[in-house]
Formats: sequence, structure tokens, C-alpha cells
Amino acid sequence: MSDQAITSSESRKRSLHMLKAMVGIGSMCALLIVFTYESTLSQIKENKAEALEKAIFKVLPEATASVPYEISGGELSIKGEEATTNPVVFAGYNNANELVGFAIDAKGQGYADILRILYGYDPEEQTVKGLYVLESKETPGLGDKIEKDASFLSNFEGLDASLNTNNEIQNRITTVKSGEKKNKWEIDGITGATISSRAIGEIIGTSSLELVPVLFNAANEPSVAQKPEL
Amino acid sequence: MSSVVETNKSNLPSSTDEFIKGLWKDNPVFVQVLGMCPVLAVTNTAENALAMGLATLFVLLMSNILVSLLRNFIPKQVRIASYILIIATFVTIIDYVIQAISVDLHKSLGAFISLIVVNCLILSRAEAFASKNGLGKSALDALGMGIGFTFALLCLGAVREVLGNGSIFGWSVFADSFQEWIVMILPAGGFFTLAFWLLLFNYWKERKV
Repeated sequence: MSDQAITSSESRKRSLHMLKAMVGIGSMCALLIVFTYESTLSQIKENKAEALEKAIFKVLPEATASVPYEISGGELSIKGEEATTNPVVFAGYNNANELVGFAIDAKGQGYADILRILYGYDPEEQTVKGLYVLESKETPGLGDKIEKDASFLSNFEGLDASLNTNNEIQNRITTVKSGEKKNKWEIDGITGATISSRAIGEIIGTSSLELVPVLFNAANEPSVAQKPEL
Repeated sequence: MSSVVETNKSNLPSSTDEFIKGLWKDNPVFVQVLGMCPVLAVTNTAENALAMGLATLFVLLMSNILVSLLRNFIPKQVRIASYILIIATFVTIIDYVIQAISVDLHKSLGAFISLIVVNCLILSRAEAFASKNGLGKSALDALGMGIGFTFALLCLGAVREVLGNGSIFGWSVFADSFQEWIVMILPAGGFFTLAFWLLLFNYWKERKV
């Protein structure tokens, strides 16, 4: 009887020690993570905002300033600081405060994870121009060619996105097999990165179908065509 | 002079050996064949291999240090869970730190960083070494193993990038007419290259004996 009592109290002590160790290590790790998160948060936010800014000017090389807009119900309104679920576009303006184009923020399923890209739209020429991949977890060496492959990126020197009389995109932008590009609205795919390059075509195709008509009309409105005073 | 070296030798080997062994004799990839997941997945270019090796080195070093410090506090029954917790913490930390350093760097590494948690090399060093040895030795062991791991990844990454992409660290090494062996960048190429290096290492070992 007394023997049992001893072993049970001993095993309770052991369990308590285990619990203490796990809780102790767990809270220490949690503290370390919270500390790192808090101390890097502002720097990370700054880096991301800077990267987005850089990306906008990469997509719209002629722009010297940009204004973020959100689109809801076919109307553009200037986007505030807070996050939104509506599509976001960045209007680029040159030194004379004239609109040079839009950088459109779009995302969709890639091969590994969600791809988030920024692509440019030039309302004057009615073309899609410039591509920048903001977030991607595509396979390094294969799928990530969508960011690096020069001949793939050369597709985005001007893809036809002209509207028909019904104010719809005439030909949906899509990706075709490498070397089979025949039309101005087709993206020449990459061998070895088939899924990722198709995903880019799919994202731009879907997003442009919805947004390009809105943006084309907005570009003729003086409130957007001239850089608004903020 | 030689006598000084001789007398020093008796206490030196213990700690320097811990460092040296990971580099060559007990190389984590070529001899212990540990951590095959990143070895095969992330070595398609030399740059990726180097970055992955360095990130692993950091996590390995930090986890070995912490495990060694806590080795008398962690009960035997929950040691693996504790090690995983510690390793996952440092992986999360390095993820944030890399994001804070540069978004571009994080972009090129992002996909692999979380893979470090499941690298059995780190867990095996915590279990087999750091939990039984003091701080200094554990840190040296981690440094040796980490550098050995990075070296091995670079060996694979260099071969695969040269053959599969015709370049090394992004610099072209062949004329434009070079036909890339796409298979070397694909997963199968990882197995071929690893087999080739293991063959070479075993050949050297056999010849020495």
C-alpha cells in the first residue's frame, strides 16, 4: 500500500516536471517569436511598401507618381489606408500630372501557392504592358522562371486588350504553348514552367476581363486622367 | 615548437575534432545521408543551395546552443517535442529576420525556409550531440555540421546548375549553343547528382583504406 503511494507520488512529480518543462519551453519560444515579430514588424511593413512602390514604377516606367484606387461597382475611388477586398489598381502619373497607365494588383492560384502579380494597362494603346510578381512560392529553378525568363517577360511589351463595341474585351488574354504564339493577345508559355506560365495568363485574363473596361472608361474621366490633389 | 604542439594535442582534438568531423569525415550529406529533403529539392541552382545551407546553419547553431543549455532541464520523455518546438521557433525567427533584411531575399528563399523545420539533420544533432554535450562543443559541432551541409548542397547545386542551366551563380559558362539538360533541374536530376557524389565519396573512402 505504502509502496504504491510512493510510486504514484513519484510519477505525479515526474508528470509535473514534464508539464513544467513543456510549458516553460513553450512560453519561452512564444516570447522569442513575439519579440522578433514586434521588433521586425515596422521594418517588414516598410520593406513591403517600398517593394510595392518599386514594383509600380517597374510596371509603369514612365510614371513618376502613383495613386491607389479601389474599384467597386464599376467605379474608381481613391483607396484609403485600410485594407480592402475590392480590386486595387495604382494609377501612374508623369511629371505633367497626366495619366500614363494603371498597375493592376491581381492574384490567382499558381503551381505551389497563390500568386500575386502586378501588371500594367495602357488605356491609350489599349494594351497590357509589364509584369511584376509580388508574391510567389513557385518551384525555384522552374516555376520561378515567370519572374526571370527574358523571353517570357518580353510577352509583356504589349498584349492586345482592345475593347469591342459592347465595351468588353475582344480577345481574352491567355497563355499558349511555348513557340505557338500567333496573336497579339497570346502569351508565349515556358517549357518546364507550364503551369506557372499558364497561371499568369489565367490571372491576367480573368482580371483584365473585369477591370480593363472600367479602367478604359475611367481614363477618359478628368478626375482620373489628371492626377488628383491628395 | 613541436613539443608545444604535441602537448597541446592531447586536449585540443576533443573540441577541434567536433568541428572538423562535420566538414568531411562525418559529412551530414555524403556520409550520414541526412536531410535528404532539402538536399534534393533545393539544389537546382548554386545560389539556392548556398542560401538554404546558410539558413540551415543558423537554425542548427541556435538550436544546438539552446538544447545544450537546457539539456538537464528537459525530461527524457518529452525531449523530441521540446527540440521540435525550439527548432520551429528559430525557423520562424529567421523567416521574420530575412523579411526585415530584404524583401527580395525573402522572395527567393521564401519557399524553403519552412522546410528547415523538418530537416532531420538538425533534430539528429540535437538528439545525438547537443543533449549530451556542453555549450562549446555543441556550438562547434553545429558549425562543423552546418558548414559541411552547406558545402554538400553547393556541390550538388553547382553541378545541377551548370548542366541544367548552363550557368553558375547566374553567370553563363557555356556558349549559347549549349543545350541545357532540363532533367538536371527537375527532381530526377537531384537523385542522379546525389548518386554521383555518393559514388565519388565512397570511392575516395575505399581507396584510402
